This record gives sequence, C-alpha cells and structure tokens, in this order.
Amino acid sequence: MNAIDPSLSSIIIGYGNPGRQDDGLGPAFIDSFQSKTNHTIKLQSNYQLTVEDALEIGNYEQVIFVDASIDCQAPFLLEEISETNDTGFGSHSLTPQALIQLSNTLYQHFPKSYILAIRGYEFDQFEEKISDTANENLNLAIHYLMSQFNA
Amino acid sequence: MTTSKARVLEISPITRVEGHGKVTVHLDEHNQVSEARLHIVEFRGFERFIQGRLLWEVPVIVQRLCGICPVSHHLAAAKAMDMIVGVDQLTPTAEKMRRLMHYGQILQSNVLHFFHLSSPDLLFGFSAPAEKRNIFEVIKAFPDLAKQGILMRKYGQEVIQATAGKKIHGNTAVPGGINKNLSIEERDALLKDIDQIIQWSEDAVNLTQNYTQENLGVVKGFANFDSSHMSLVRADGAMDLYDGKLRAINAQGLPIFDHMDYRQFDNYIMEEVKPWSYMKFPFIRSQGKEDGWYRVGPLARMNTVDFIDTPLANKHHQLFKAFFGNKPAQMTLAYHWARMIEVLHCAEMIKVLLLDTDLQGTDLLLKGERREEGISVIEAPRGSLFHHYKVNENDQVTYCNLIVSTTHNNTAMNMAVTDVAKTYLSGQKKITEAMLNHIEIAIRAYDPCLSCATHALGQMPLKVEIYDADEKLIDSASQFVSKHP
Repeated sequence: MNAIDPSLSSIIIGYGNPGRQDDGLGPAFIDSFQSKTNHTIKLQSNYQLTVEDALEIGNYEQVIFVDASIDCQAPFLLEEISETNDTGFGSHSLTPQALIQLSNTLYQHFPKSYILAIRGYEFDQFEEKISDTANENLNLAIHYLMSQFNA
Repeated sequence: MTTSKARVLEISPITRVEGHGKVTVHLDEHNQVSEARLHIVEFRGFERFIQGRLLWEVPVIVQRLCGICPVSHHLAAAKAMDMIVGVDQLTPTAEKMRRLMHYGQILQSNVLHFFHLSSPDLLFGFSAPAEKRNIFEVIKAFPDLAKQGILMRKYGQEVIQATAGKKIHGNTAVPGGINKNLSIEERDALLKDIDQIIQWSEDAVNLTQNYTQENLGVVKGFANFDSSHMSLVRADGAMDLYDGKLRAINAQGLPIFDHMDYRQFDNYIMEEVKPWSYMKFPFIRSQGKEDGWYRVGPLARMNTVDFIDTPLANKHHQLFKAFFGNKPAQMTLAYHWARMIEVLHCAEMIKVLLLDTDLQGTDLLLKGERREEGISVIEAPRGSLFHHYKVNENDQVTYCNLIVSTTHNNTAMNMAVTDVAKTYLSGQKKITEAMLNHIEIAIRAYDPCLSCATHALGQMPLKVEIYDADEKLIDSASQFVSKHP
C-alpha cells in the first residue's frame, strides 16, 4: 500500500508539454493543486525532468513526480520508486527513476519517491487542451493527493 | 540496388538524443549496407497550429515546440516579430538582455549534451558494454566532471531565469524589445560564479581537444566526409550567435555566399521533399539538390567564422583551425570540440554582459512602421534556426514556416549514418549492440532535436527488427525500455 507521509518535507514535480494535449497533465496538476491548497509543499512545473532536478530534490525528504501516462489504469496510479537501476538517459526522456538514481549516485540522497501517473488519451496534436476524460482523471488525482497531504 | 534478398534493419528510437527517431539500415542479399536512413517525426502541424494566433503571442507559443531549446524559438520568433512591428534595431538594453538569455541557453544546452549524453561514449569508448556507457558510470569514474556538468547546466538555467523570467517557456522577449531588465541583485548573483564557469568551460575544451588529438585515428575514420557549412557571421567575420548575416563555404573553405541578408534566404536556400521522410532536405540553390547540402551547428560555425571576439575562445578557435590545417574540419566527432569552444565563448560573453550597465537600462521597447512579413535567423545550439511569418491587418499569423537546425543537418546526418553503417554493419551476420551504438554516436554528434514527440510514461522501447525480403520478421531485440507504472 502506498503511504505518502505528509509530515516529510516534500516537493511535487509535474512535467509534460501543455502544447500537446494530455501530455500537459503534469503541469495542469501543479497549476490546479496550487490554486486549491495552502499547503507548504514545494510545487514545481516543468516541460521535462532535467539533470539539475537532482540537486533540487536533494533538499527534500519526499518527492512526487506527476506525469501523463498513455497506458496506466484509469484514472491514475500512484507507485513508489524503489531502488532502481534505470540507466535510460536522454535529456528529453530522463525518467523519474533515472533522476532519483542520479541524486543517489551523485549526492547519496534517495528521498522517498513516488510517481503519480494520470491516464491521458490524446497526445498527437498541437493543442493546448486536455481531453474531457483526462480532465476527470486529473481532478480525481488532485483530490486524492490533497487527501494524502491533509491539504 | 538489389532488392530480391534485401533486408531492413530498424532501430527505434535512438537513445540519448533529444527525443525520438528511427534508423533503418538497408542491407542487400550479401549483408552489405546499401543505404541507411534517419527517420524523424518532425513537428508536422505546428505551422498550422500557429495560424490565427496574434503576433504578440507567438514568441511564447512557439516554445511549445520544444523543451530542449525553447529559448532559441522564443528569441527567433521575437526577432521575426521585431521586423513585423518595424523595429530593425532594438534598444541597447533589449538587445543585450536577449543576447544574455541566448548565451545562457547555448551554454546549458551544449553542456548537457557533452557532459551527460556524449561523454560516456568518449570516456569509455564506443564499444564499451551498454551498462558502462551511461552517465552513472561517468559519475562513478569521474565524479567531479559529472558534478561540474550539472552545476554548469544549472548556471545556464539561472541566466535564462534572470533574463526570460522562467527557466522554461519564458516570456520577456516581445516584439520590439524586452519587458524586463536585469536587476543589480540578479547581476550580482550571476557574477558570483562566472569565473568558475569560465574555468570549467576551458577545462572542457581541453578535454575534448585532448580526446580528438589522442584518438585521431578513431576521429578520422568515423563519419568523416566533405561538406559545405553555413552559419551567421558578424559584419567583421566574427562569430555572432544572435544576429548577423549568412555565410556558406564549400568543402575547401571557399565562399558560396557571404554576408547574405537572411531576409532573402529563399533566394539562396531551397527544401527538397523525399517520400520516406517527414523532414525536408534543405540545399543551397546555386549548388543544386545533389551537391547543395550543408552542415550547421558548432562544427560549421568553427569553419565559417574568421575569429571569435572573446580571448579564450578565440585562442582555442585558432588552435582548432590550425589542427585541421586551416581548412574546414569535416570529422563528425570534431563537433564535440567545437561545441565546448562555444561553451567557453558563451561563458566569456556572459561575463562581459554582466559587467555592462546597459543591462540595468529602462529603455526596453520600440515601435516602428508595421510590416506584413517577418523573417529571422538565430544560431541555436544545434545550428541556424529560421523563423518566417506573415501577419494580417488584424495581427493574426497567416503563414508560418520554420527551418530548424536539425532539418538543415538532415542530409549530413543521413550521410553520417550511412558511412558508419557501411563500416560497422556490412558483412556482419549478427548485429551487436556495440555496432548499433556506433550509429547512435554518429547521430548524437549532431545533437539532433527530435523532441516534438510526446514523452508520456509508457513510450516506446528501443527496438531493433530485421525483416527479410518478404517482410517477414526474422530477428528483433530491445535495448532500452522506459519504466512506467
């Protein structure tokens, strides 16, 4: 069972391209979460994960990555990142697992880490709009994480 | 080409390049490589997406194209829109703010490419096992180098944040100027670390120079072919990454055109369409389709410019030129050395600009006589980036054409892939991971930006498939699988 610990210093990183329909679920999550809570969680939105995020997450005990998923079970899936050996590394496709491993290898820091994958459906067009079904999934994911943080 | 027993080897996507691409290697019945092709899913549809948008929105919206080089698109669009709003010369504060942003972008992009994407290949060798050729092994073997790379990248991002408002998708460059200056606090924060960044940059130049000299046999024998080269140059022939006029030289270093006004680019450059690729193939009109292709980016810029106007980078540029006999460098792997010289130049320019009080000026925006068309060229990290727009009387975009650096390098990358495939894949019955990596290394040297693809969790693995003449799958392998829930 996943167990987000609300007492830990936490950062939530939502990432994706808002110009590619449901690929923008991660940034949309951050925007919406920010507007609905006064919690002191650090929120960060980005197009993608980058190597210097390894420095940033070094400041926190808990990190939650929020991204669109093309194939997880709807509406969303929260999964803990455990010890990993993901060496798949492209600056575009840096995965949360690789980033956590990077933090661990460089700075010996392995925060409690989760991926919140929100199911999306439409990715192929240049359009700044999240599909209706994905938007429903987004709202459920926000509600769930707010309850986890008692926010 | 013999096709009766031809096979096609497919590699998709390519690891450690920006985004996703696919390579097909075409073998004949004797397992000899007849041709190799790089397939890239380009941003089809973007030009249509931008139509109808207001000109003021465009510099922000175009950044949606790419999370890798959004600043380059931001600035290229702003420059084109300057032309539309009738501003041919920005205020000193506006131009210097944009330049500072641009140098920060090139620094961080080139650093990321070298330290974290290409260094595993160079430090451990092309044939090292896959589990060895990654950034994590670089960290173990060269921890200080890896940390320097991250801190340099972070510094470049901080320059972008101070000038563009945000690290990703900034909004400060607007048609006719800029909407913020650099505060004293921002300046001092950046000045604090710049000397260290310059030192690390020069260390990186030395590292790539030493690699090239110590591995000359490998460098010479790997995707080494003659080509023309093109970039912007300043009026006096100096490197200018933000603005200037276009210069193209042939393989012998002789000018094809010089100081060409990029607003006339379609008189000089054409684009060919090939049925097997979504990406066009640009060529210099006067040289024709077959011979008119060229290279852009760091290697091309080293070859086209007469000098670099910062002392350390210029010293290394002279060494670079001398090493290649003052002729155009044609070795694909020399891109890495060239790329680090540019990092050094950017670091030096950042310091020059930070010490310039114009950055604290308040004259930010100009207006002029409205035009219907805007064209810009900027030297992005990967090479010349062209933006071309037409706007109607309601300020709505009616036409948009972008020629990105990766498109300029399209033929060159296909040449490199074919050259390497012929050397390492011909006559082999088994395709090893090391052989495939040689192809990837050739592509990676150009740092192609394929990032228009979405990256959602669960994307494709690296998959290799071999089909026989009857298109029956006879072999397949996966090399890199993204983890997903």
